[in-house]
Amino acid sequence: MAVILEKNFPVEAGAFTTAGEASTTIKRTLKQLGVNAEVLRRVSVACYEVELNLVIHSLGGTLTLLVDPGKVTLISKDVGPGIPDIEKAMTEGFSTASAEARTLGFGAGMGLPNMKRNASEFDIQSEVGVGTTITMSFALT
Amino acid sequence: MTIREVVQILDGKVLVGKDRLDEPVDTACGSDLMSDVLAFVKEKAVLITGLINPHVVRTSEMLDITCIVFSRGKMPSEEILDMAEEVGITVISSPLTTYTACGELYLHGLPGTKPKKKPEEV
Repeated sequence: MAVILEKNFPVEAGAFTTAGEASTTIKRTLKQLGVNAEVLRRVSVACYEVELNLVIHSLGGTLTLLVDPGKVTLISKDVGPGIPDIEKAMTEGFSTASAEARTLGFGAGMGLPNMKRNASEFDIQSEVGVGTTITMSFALT
Repeated sequence: MTIREVVQILDGKVLVGKDRLDEPVDTACGSDLMSDVLAFVKEKAVLITGLINPHVVRTSEMLDITCIVFSRGKMPSEEILDMAEEVGITVISSPLTTYTACGELYLHGLPGTKPKKKPEEV
């Protein structure tokens, strides 16, 4: 289907101060497009979780927002370090987050499971030394 | 329950959102762990927390949380207050501890949020 909107947001590794700014912009953009409150909330939560993951765990990456008439898609693509054991990373409570992330109230090992819970479709691909790509879609109907 | 009642029950001071005190709140959550808040809080909720940093506001914004209570008399920075003002979230400072603040609201009939299903149950 035709893409209505495509926007890319670079996310810097370790940038805790600005973490969440992309999610705020994405939420406002989708609200302006008239996405209903329940879907908007699920997209926002998953988006913030994945943006925090880029800041906390990755070496930097890009968050892409795609909107087409039937769904919203978020793609998080980073340049490493990659996840050695995806199954373990998807387990609630498992975390490799830094002390800094924990001080801010994150790194409880809830992020990936929470993204999966909120998205209509969730896919994660990762290769150590290459990077991780997470694709989430949210049905609009 | 309205935000005005929350302020009265918690002996709170309204730092942001004095014009929104008649808005309703349906539920509440007490946590310093934003990961947990992101995982199960519903809309029109009050968040009671002892954690003070901008991510408390950012987390609340994503979840449509309408009111944040900083417990134990903690005072957030101007940066945090400005962020809350910009996104329309009411901010209260209460002298009560998180535990007591939660207990008082619960006693006055404000229920907690129920955890969502785990991913494997979806």
